[in-house]
Amino acid sequence: MKKFDNTKQNRHIYWNPYFGGLLLGLLIIFTFYITGRGLGASGAMKSSVVAIVDTVTPKHAENNAYYSKFINDDKSPLNTWLVLEALGVLVGAFLSGALTGRIKLKVQHSPKITKKRRLIFALIGGILFGLGAQIARGCTSGAALSGAAVLSTGGFITMITIFGGGYLFAYFFRKNWI
Amino acid sequence: MGPLIPNELIPYEWNNIIALLIGIAFGYILEASGFSSSRKLAGVFYGYDFVVLKVFFTAAIVSIIGLLYMDYLGYVDIGQLYIHPTYLWGAIIGGIIMGAGFVAGGFCPGTSLCGVAIGKIDAMVYVVGIMIGVFIFSELYTFFEPIYNGYFQGNITLMDSLGVSPFWFILFFTIFGVVAFAASDLVRKRVKKVFY
Repeated sequence: MKKFDNTKQNRHIYWNPYFGGLLLGLLIIFTFYITGRGLGASGAMKSSVVAIVDTVTPKHAENNAYYSKFINDDKSPLNTWLVLEALGVLVGAFLSGALTGRIKLKVQHSPKITKKRRLIFALIGGILFGLGAQIARGCTSGAALSGAAVLSTGGFITMITIFGGGYLFAYFFRKNWI
Repeated sequence: MGPLIPNELIPYEWNNIIALLIGIAFGYILEASGFSSSRKLAGVFYGYDFVVLKVFFTAAIVSIIGLLYMDYLGYVDIGQLYIHPTYLWGAIIGGIIMGAGFVAGGFCPGTSLCGVAIGKIDAMVYVVGIMIGVFIFSELYTFFEPIYNGYFQGNITLMDSLGVSPFWFILFFTIFGVVAFAASDLVRKRVKKVFY
């Protein structure tokens, strides 16, 4: 019985992916048309780290060649376009989840693994993604998607290597998913 | 002619409100497409769900064609848009590390925010992980700096790199996308179903 419900869920609960892709493409066009730049996500998390370090140890943040790029005497490191956009993402996703009854505090994981294992791998995955996004100067949104929209060579390379990297390492993490 | 804010056709004061509104639309589209579920996202790497491929490629094709048309019709000057810069080895190595993070954690930064918004604890842990990753990079910046700042080729596009016309490129890219969509449906039929 439970399985039957799940099948139904898999089929009906989300938008058709081509419809979602079309709207996302139109949103990217709109964003470039208005602001001259694309979307982003990891930039907001970088700003949060800069803000935390700058609050805890301002001297250290000033002396570090990376943090200091994003520290400005006039305004907080959190006062950026990408941080506001990321707050919007939280609001938008919450609205969509609320309208479809998907809001629930839980750890989502394969029945074959424990909650603890899922959280450990989520943390490892996040650390790797955060590191990689700094090295490549952007994540799936800022580098790959927004880069590709304006045919940036670097954007396309990052798009190919993110997915390529995923397939390259998929074998090692298969127990977590299948 | 666009872009509107850089050309001061919309006052700069609107910038923050527009950021928030664009973010809301972005988050809504991602969540409604199923991007708040790590098990759905990871499906692309194991062949049981190709929603990432379909949404991502459709969005890329639509946005490239749309921006080329808007430039052609004179609504936007593509030359004024921000082109993500190309630091060759940074893009390659950073991308591969992100790929490993994607398949290990099941999210990327934007999708993890969607997971956080609907209460996924694994997504919250993932965001903390991203921040630790940024912290590690920043603290070891001198070590990463050669690759971060090196191999810089400018804000180049595929037209510069491959010497092709954008119109031929987008034609082949679209055909490639449609073939990939059809192939992904065939693969999905042959792979053991995963329910989540």
